[in-house]
Amino acid sequence: MSGGGLVSRAAAAVAAATTAVRASQVPRVFAVTHRPLHTSLQSRSFAKELFLGNIKQKGVFPFPEISQDELSEINQFVGPVERFFTEEVDSRKIDQEGKIPVDTLEKLKSLGLFGIQVPEEYGGLGLSNTMYARLGEIISLDGSITVTLAAHQAIGLKGIILVGNEEQKAKYLPKLASGEHIAAFCLTEPASGSDAASIQTRATLSEDKKYFVLNGSKVWITNGGLASIFTVFAKTEVVDSDGSIKDKITAFIVERDFGGVTNGKPEEKLGIRGSNTCEVHFENTRVPVENVLGEVGGGFKVAMNILNSGRFSMGSAVAGMLKKLIELTAEYACTRKQFNRNLSEFGLIQEKFALMAQKAYVMESMTYLTAGMLDQPGFPDCSIEAAMVKVFSSEAAWQCVSEALQILGGSGYMKDYPYERFLRDSRILLIFEGTNEILRLFIALTGLQHAGRILTARIKDFKRGDVTTVMETIGRKLRDSLGRTVDLGLSGNLGVVHPSLGDSANKLEENVYYFGRTVETLLLRFGKTIVEEQLVLKRVANILINLYGMTAVLSRASRSIRTGLPNHDHEILLANMFCVEAYFQNLFSLSQLDKFAPENMDDHIKKVSQQILEKRAYICAHPLDRTS
Amino acid sequence: MAELRALVAVKRVIDFAVKIRVKPDKSGVVTDGVKHSMNPFCEIAVEEAVRLKEKKLVKEVIAVSCGPSQCQETIRTALAMGADRGIHVEVPGSQAESLGPLQVARVLAKLAEKEKVDLVFLGKQAIDDDCNQTGQMTAGLLDWPQGTFASQVTLEGDKIKVEREIDGGLETLRLKLPSVVTADLRLNEPRYATLPNIMKAKKKKIEVIKPGDLGVDLTSKVSVISVEEPPQRLAGVKVETTEDLVAKLKEVGRI
Repeated sequence: MSGGGLVSRAAAAVAAATTAVRASQVPRVFAVTHRPLHTSLQSRSFAKELFLGNIKQKGVFPFPEISQDELSEINQFVGPVERFFTEEVDSRKIDQEGKIPVDTLEKLKSLGLFGIQVPEEYGGLGLSNTMYARLGEIISLDGSITVTLAAHQAIGLKGIILVGNEEQKAKYLPKLASGEHIAAFCLTEPASGSDAASIQTRATLSEDKKYFVLNGSKVWITNGGLASIFTVFAKTEVVDSDGSIKDKITAFIVERDFGGVTNGKPEEKLGIRGSNTCEVHFENTRVPVENVLGEVGGGFKVAMNILNSGRFSMGSAVAGMLKKLIELTAEYACTRKQFNRNLSEFGLIQEKFALMAQKAYVMESMTYLTAGMLDQPGFPDCSIEAAMVKVFSSEAAWQCVSEALQILGGSGYMKDYPYERFLRDSRILLIFEGTNEILRLFIALTGLQHAGRILTARIKDFKRGDVTTVMETIGRKLRDSLGRTVDLGLSGNLGVVHPSLGDSANKLEENVYYFGRTVETLLLRFGKTIVEEQLVLKRVANILINLYGMTAVLSRASRSIRTGLPNHDHEILLANMFCVEAYFQNLFSLSQLDKFAPENMDDHIKKVSQQILEKRAYICAHPLDRTS
Repeated sequence: MAELRALVAVKRVIDFAVKIRVKPDKSGVVTDGVKHSMNPFCEIAVEEAVRLKEKKLVKEVIAVSCGPSQCQETIRTALAMGADRGIHVEVPGSQAESLGPLQVARVLAKLAEKEKVDLVFLGKQAIDDDCNQTGQMTAGLLDWPQGTFASQVTLEGDKIKVEREIDGGLETLRLKLPSVVTADLRLNEPRYATLPNIMKAKKKKIEVIKPGDLGVDLTSKVSVISVEEPPQRLAGVKVETTEDLVAKLKEVGRI
């Protein structure tokens, strides 16, 4: 075997690839899109690196840990909150009456739950993201309370913490932290939901430039009827850098006392009926310029940052709810007998428990991994990771609550039991805080954008003859053609994943590698137009979510084994179970992304929907019809 | 006004809501990984002491607990409820098994003297062993008067009026300070340790001492031979008439 021959064959392969690349240059995807979806500094987050076929271990392996002090502090907090929710919160009554009793709200305020993340110097608890997530597990026992508190602090007042100046923080945060004032987040309008950038509420600068006049209507605002402080987003005229006048969004802190603020009647909802949701109208409301939040014209970014910062906590909230559901349904399954056997002995029932436990495990792992990353110093960009947690947990919630209800059979359907309320309360999770459809597009496009930029740079380096890049590329193509086994440092003696999870780690590595390759292919095939290919983007996002889940469970389980936490054998089962399932799902998605894949029904889907939507009805002839 | 100081003893027990399981070797109940919290009657005792402090009748409330390091969590809860400082009498896990009312009473008696307190508050009994002895023994060792099963406590100068729940109804005693009081269910409703208070409590001191420092001997003359679950309750049988009832009772040898 002549080494020279091998190298020249590889060189030829590389030359061929280069020509192909040169022919359809990897385009600069989204140099400026019409509505940019990225909003923070471009940094190498874990999720973005997956798009390049890399597993960035820093911050992910080993699983983030908190100090012993912090742990005992959290455990101290959990006790009273848990007690309050089990003894004094009557979720059934809240759901039936459609409101949270005043003294329950007062007790929540005195417990300190209205200012969990407000810094201590402004009267809040100043807890980290991890601690916030931990408390979320308990608060989620009541959906209405969860949403009321989240709307107040995760989005309503978050803007002031993130981008507020000292005066704004000192003026507003103390009363918000104590709950004396309640906050609401006002972005959505009747004609602008997912398309947040199209809002029409307007803020016009006064003649004397001392205040803005706010006019517009917001819809579906949680706490709209209770709040006295609103974070409002409105269009303002801004002089652009090139001198032209543009309409850009600005964020404002608006007090009800400014006048002209009215709200509509509470909406009747399917679930979370105890939370207050209504229209909020602003009529010639005067907002002092001191109340601009962030920069004039920088409101869209503020909105996205606020939403990104709170999103991850949905994972722990749902995990808390699932753990409770497992307890409730297990009690039933182990005592109810049919055919002279306990329900717990039947396979179809057992499967439901395995599902709930697995989903809860993945959700917990993803949430606390993300929270751990967010709690790192600096301002790490975890917007994709947070979005993935939200999509996964909202859909798992809907699925698992439905299965839990199913275990109870007919009883599950009755209002006497809480399952139907849990089901109704969880449906909103897929809709608010960014619909799962939009988030999937966000996840896919942000990652593809990052990959596109890096790959374009690499191609440039290669063409310039940069030695390192050339050698890397040749090496890679050589290994690919020889059928390499993927090794990204996870498994094996020097791997960060524990050996008992080695098989799953290999599956993850393989998936990640082929995902990276597929991303390149997609960018080459579609270029800029990939923005329009939602079915492709959906698959990309689904693969990524699975990859993140696999990483999270492998990291967490490895830590549990190495630390010697109780029941770590059970964790190994759950982790391996999820990884196998996710691996095969990913393989299927990856094959569907292949251009000529027979599994790919996208063209059919487009045609069918076109024909239906043209007639706005189902168009098939009735099966009983005849021609004459 | 008053310069009275109170010592409140708190015990860390398995949470009341947990389903207890006996260890397979019958040496005790499963405690590993099981949720623990402050004994409910101890919470009532802490609440009463803190209320007296809020009424400015008591100057300082000291919370004390005997046991392994996890006891500090329980002391912290007492601090979050309003106690001023804590004392942890450290007893390692293995020895803690032999901690009974007499040993704890010896510790409390020595502490009461050392800290020169005027009142010792305890819960009437712990929900794990239901002994209902520690308060009484402490008073005996100190030779102080005692007001047990208290459902109402009123300070009157250098005396304390204690209303007690007894089998026959309510009994009211007037005790000269210093004295020992144990709390019963209806004495008060304990407050939640709010999260802001828990954070403030972090700054309060917990002193860690060993039983030896107090000159207390922890040897116990009691040893646990075995712990078993109570026998399973069998289902009852319904009968139609009184005659059937009498016949059945004779059958099982009850009459």
